[in-house]
Amino acid sequence: MKNKECVAMLLAGGQGTRLKSLTKKIAKPAVYFGGKYRIIDFPLSNCTNSGIDTVGVLTQYEPLILNDYIGIGASWDLDRKFGGVSVLPPFMQAEGGGWYTGTANAIYRNLQFLNQYDPEHVLILSGDHIYKMDYNAMLDYHKESGADCTISVIEVPWEEASRFGIMNTDDNGRITEFDEKPKEPKSNLASMGVYIFRWDVLKQYLIDDAENENSSNDFGKDIIPSLLGDYRKLMAYTFEGYWKDVGTVNSLWEANMDLLKKEPELNLNDQSWRIYSKNPNQPPQYIAPSAKVKNALINEGCRIKGEIDNSVIFYGVHVDENSVVKDSVIMPDVKIGKNVTINRAIISKGSVIEDGAVIGDASPESEITLVAEEGSVLASSYATNS
Amino acid sequence: MDRIAGIINLDHEQDLLDELTYFRCGAAVPFGGRYRMIDFAISNMANSRIESVAVFARRKYRSLMDHLEQGKAWDLDRKRGGLFILPPDWNDPTDISRGDLQHFHNNIDFVNRALADYILVSGSQNICNIDFQEVLSEHKNSGADVSVIYTKVDELYPEFNLAHKLDVDGNGRVTSIHNDHNNKNVYMDMYLISKDLLSELIEQCIAHGGSHFFLDGIKSRLEDLHVHAYEYKGAHALINSVESYYRNSSKLLEADEHDSLFKEDAPIFTKVKNEAPAKYLPTSNVSNTLVANGCVIEGEVEDSILFRGVKVGEGAVIRNSIIMQRCEIEPNAVLENVILDKDCRISEGRTLIGAPEKPFVLPKRKSM
Repeated sequence: MKNKECVAMLLAGGQGTRLKSLTKKIAKPAVYFGGKYRIIDFPLSNCTNSGIDTVGVLTQYEPLILNDYIGIGASWDLDRKFGGVSVLPPFMQAEGGGWYTGTANAIYRNLQFLNQYDPEHVLILSGDHIYKMDYNAMLDYHKESGADCTISVIEVPWEEASRFGIMNTDDNGRITEFDEKPKEPKSNLASMGVYIFRWDVLKQYLIDDAENENSSNDFGKDIIPSLLGDYRKLMAYTFEGYWKDVGTVNSLWEANMDLLKKEPELNLNDQSWRIYSKNPNQPPQYIAPSAKVKNALINEGCRIKGEIDNSVIFYGVHVDENSVVKDSVIMPDVKIGKNVTINRAIISKGSVIEDGAVIGDASPESEITLVAEEGSVLASSYATNS
Repeated sequence: MDRIAGIINLDHEQDLLDELTYFRCGAAVPFGGRYRMIDFAISNMANSRIESVAVFARRKYRSLMDHLEQGKAWDLDRKRGGLFILPPDWNDPTDISRGDLQHFHNNIDFVNRALADYILVSGSQNICNIDFQEVLSEHKNSGADVSVIYTKVDELYPEFNLAHKLDVDGNGRVTSIHNDHNNKNVYMDMYLISKDLLSELIEQCIAHGGSHFFLDGIKSRLEDLHVHAYEYKGAHALINSVESYYRNSSKLLEADEHDSLFKEDAPIFTKVKNEAPAKYLPTSNVSNTLVANGCVIEGEVEDSILFRGVKVGEGAVIRNSIIMQRCEIEPNAVLENVILDKDCRISEGRTLIGAPEKPFVLPKRKSM
């Protein structure tokens, strides 16, 4: 069989502890976003739209829902005869085995998987970000520049640069230095955690890294610095567009709110760059005469009888009479009773909110309240913050 | 478990929905915000564990085939069985069959090969949510040769004039089938029959020069066949005219009707479109309306149904209307009692008002 020019490896094993109880039972890439999606829909749809039809998904933490969700990849058109999507959990071998010890180790342990496609380039992705990106354009840049590794970067505001991994480049975009969370940043080009490597180069570095007992087996901490140390050619590819890390409860909430703008930076209605997802196949949403809906994203299967203001509502949600949902994200199948008030909150899948409950704090700078016990029936009042 | 195979017989269905059936058969008419008429029959079959379904298509079936694809949406993309779309194409030189018997005769292989003991035959115009396994168990208890499915209607709407009616005795046996406009036992164009008897009756009908299997094989043989009547009691609509289409679409806005048609344990499936959730902007004002995904609403919508991907501009007003997929209503347009077929565009400030009893219908891809 012909080889694959580029194979994507999607790191989806992270726990995402800063999402608190949202990731108690599911891996971070499976967390819900935008009224319909899970985070992993974005990198997988980007792959399909970029013409990359072979994706290994490296799982480790709480993989049950993620495995079920990915299935054979049909939702993203990744059910292929040669290639397609493969879920790659840690496994045992004759000479032993164990958990993935780091991002580089996860790829190293799957050399066999990559070898069977004999790719020229490998695209490393993470399942933590919301963005639409043409990886094929980045691959073209990588090939034209003849780089060993190309790292996608985005300009961040200077005052925030010390929160990111910063790439210092020369005038031609060649990376000269990598500063992880620098106190005094010399550049504002932050790494997006999207890398393209020449496979022959990466393979050797992974093998060497595995033999190095002092290595933490991490791309950012070990692989990239060793390439730089060897004066390999690393190029920065500047991405322009919406890119958001949704690693915390607040940033997840903010990213959802971003979609409610009249012309959001992340356009989900773009026919030329569809974000695919598993479709729940429910009837159209019903907006009752008693409902007031303003500035909202609402998915199918919802029955809205109360007031929705500036909120994102996933599928199968019921909101009863005289309830008010404001500045909030309501995940699938939540049932909200009568006379409920919800402000600045994220309500997890399947929660049942009893009549009269008051959730969240309406003041604009307050913490986002997270109601995250799936299927819980709440007493008629819920303490703010979790 | 006895297995059932399904046939959706569109052969005799007339395309009476005016502009909506100019370019498509009735089975392919969009309904209920995201469905097509045929989704109900085919989902009912899929939910009743029917794994082989044949569609007897006769006319204007392009959009029907586009919609059904390989049956993936209904889990009918199978290695064994699955979905068979069967347009008219027959080459048997000895064939003397006529009417829908042409379909039965030329596609008899479907019946013979189906991994089933019973065949459920249905049209596409009766919207309902029915469990055919229940029909089968009642059929077997009754010891009948054929079970026909009917419903008792509360009100005699004009669309029922085109349907057959049943007289049923105390044991549930059908004593006569006729067109009496005052009979409220409306036949739902669905029957269950054993595979062997179906094959036998097809042969007999053709030998006698018949042209309509139900009329010649069942209706005219009530004396020598035991025909049982199965009464369906859930939500029901017969859609065979613009008037019945419009009235029954509005009925979906009633909670009871809606919930008994769209059940959680027996969902109606349809082809997915991967649309984003519907978006409501600050200027929107929506009331008593079904809204499908992909819509972007800046105007006012009341007592209406919006299909997938409809755009409603600021200041536009839509009342008592059905707006199909990807229509664009520009700012300050006013629509009342209107049905817009797919891809229509209403330009800024235009007003279109139909009569409540006779909606104004705009055909596909029209701009005004």
